Amino acid sequence: MSTPSEAGTMSARSTAVDMRARREARTTIFRRPRPGETVIQLFLLFCGVLSIFTTLGILYVLGSEALLFFGSGLVDLGEFFTAPVWQPQAEQFGIMPLVSATLMTTLFSMIVAIPLGLGAAIYLAEYAKPQTRATLKPILEILAGIPTVVYGYFALTFMTPLLRGIFGQNTVSIYNVASAGLVMGIMILPTIASMSEDALSAVPRSLREASFGLGSTKLEAILKVVLPAGLSGIIAAFIVGISRAVGETMIVALAAGAGPCKLYGENASCFQPFGAAETMTGHIVRISGGDLSYNSIDYNSLFAIGLTLFIFTLVLNLISRWITNRFREVYQ
Amino acid sequence: MTENGAHAFELQGVNIYYGSKMAVNDVNLMIPRQKITAFIGPSGCGKSTVLRSLNRMNDLIPGARVQGGVFFGGQDLYAENVDPVEVRRRIGMVFQKPNPFPKSIYDNVAYGPRLLGVRGKAVLDEIVERSLKGAFLWDEVRGDLKKSGLALSGGQQQRLCIARTIAVEPEVILMDEPASALDPIATQAIEELMKVLVQQFTIVIVTHNMQQAQRVSDYTAFYSIRKKEEQGGVENRWGILAEYAPTERLFTNPASEETERYIRGEFG
Repeated sequence: MSTPSEAGTMSARSTAVDMRARREARTTIFRRPRPGETVIQLFLLFCGVLSIFTTLGILYVLGSEALLFFGSGLVDLGEFFTAPVWQPQAEQFGIMPLVSATLMTTLFSMIVAIPLGLGAAIYLAEYAKPQTRATLKPILEILAGIPTVVYGYFALTFMTPLLRGIFGQNTVSIYNVASAGLVMGIMILPTIASMSEDALSAVPRSLREASFGLGSTKLEAILKVVLPAGLSGIIAAFIVGISRAVGETMIVALAAGAGPCKLYGENASCFQPFGAAETMTGHIVRISGGDLSYNSIDYNSLFAIGLTLFIFTLVLNLISRWITNRFREVYQ
Repeated sequence: MTENGAHAFELQGVNIYYGSKMAVNDVNLMIPRQKITAFIGPSGCGKSTVLRSLNRMNDLIPGARVQGGVFFGGQDLYAENVDPVEVRRRIGMVFQKPNPFPKSIYDNVAYGPRLLGVRGKAVLDEIVERSLKGAFLWDEVRGDLKKSGLALSGGQQQRLCIARTIAVEPEVILMDEPASALDPIATQAIEELMKVLVQQFTIVIVTHNMQQAQRVSDYTAFYSIRKKEEQGGVENRWGILAEYAPTERLFTNPASEETERYIRGEFG
């Protein structure tokens, strides 16, 4: 064995000797402070905590303004959930017309996005040749990068005329929830396809082989083994898609309609696929874009809508988590 | 082509390629019915590749190609009009790593029969019980058929996979190193099971374990590797069938020196 002093005299030093010299240059084996590490750790903690505080902050603003709204004496919770119209000018605050429009556009978007997204995912994960997949997946993901305002005009200038051409000018209004919903489905499709494809690709090959080894066709293997094994991931993809549809603003603001529908009573207009209706998000963006005086009841009412929307997506996320844990088929 | 019924498989001049690369060259082999035939040889000698060509499992690997004749009961398995799905219903497979479906024990075993259109609880119950008994697993799981197949131990999982395979009553069971992921006790259970199963099924097993081949098999095929230096220093390697004989003779009196060196453990 060579000592450090010998190492210095050797012309071609081996790294082993170098390492030994380095180690011996340190005098103790006791802990030494590492300030750099502490700083980085604190910064990472800050990053993690930031989103929690942001959420709490948003919740605080939504909650306090919504409290002002409910504390104004002009509306109570019962009326909020049952009144047939949302007309701040007439001091009528029924959230349900807005909620119904959100549900309608979401429903239409899912009619498009779930079957097509899942179909695309199955094709990409199970049938496409590697080369086809390498071309197709990025193109699909480009759809996700198109600004939503572009989709909005696509709905207005392509989907609406198309629907009117098929179902007739008198049946389909210029602004209608079906058009906005269908285009929203196209927007969400890549998200669902991409997430579902990941879930399917994560299912081990060995399970497919087991199925083929028992004499299943490809379709049987997919339907009976791969889809059930990837189900939790697929459902998570659906829920993320639904959450995006509920929160989507630009498309519905442009194409679904610029006034809340009427839930029941004379001239009830909600739940009509080809009729105009304003969603929660659409209403918020239209009203807050106008000249709205600060602290008026109209202004506060927007926060009540926002809080409803927040609770909506929160519940969807919770359901998603529950489903993911509950239905996870643990495979090795 | 054999029609005498003594042979399950006959391989004539089989070459297998992955893309443009040759994996196995010129395999000629007759695999007898209701016997255990073991494939042994060093890693990369193509023994699993040949095994997977016997039920067209290679079809699932992009670029895999089989040349020559693979005859099963006189029928060329790679003929244009042969449906690989039907082939695999007759020639089942057990894999190296136990791969039960993430379903209940019952559903694992009932999977194959259900594919074949078997319905009705009573019939399925009976098949599940018979298959689990056939795989020596029934006594351990009878009270808990609803439990996930993945909750079982490794050895039990592999026996579940065997039960799942015999549930569809194939003619042949191919086993690709079925005990290599198992401990010695579980391995012994699988070996015992094979000796019983061979009364009903033709078994072909790939194994790394020469003692295992010696213990269980009637015939042994020893595969080896051939190499060739290509231009630019690239080395091409492919597998060949080096020797095929009754197990006892192959291990006691091998014909080639290469086989002898392998079974003495000098390479591998």
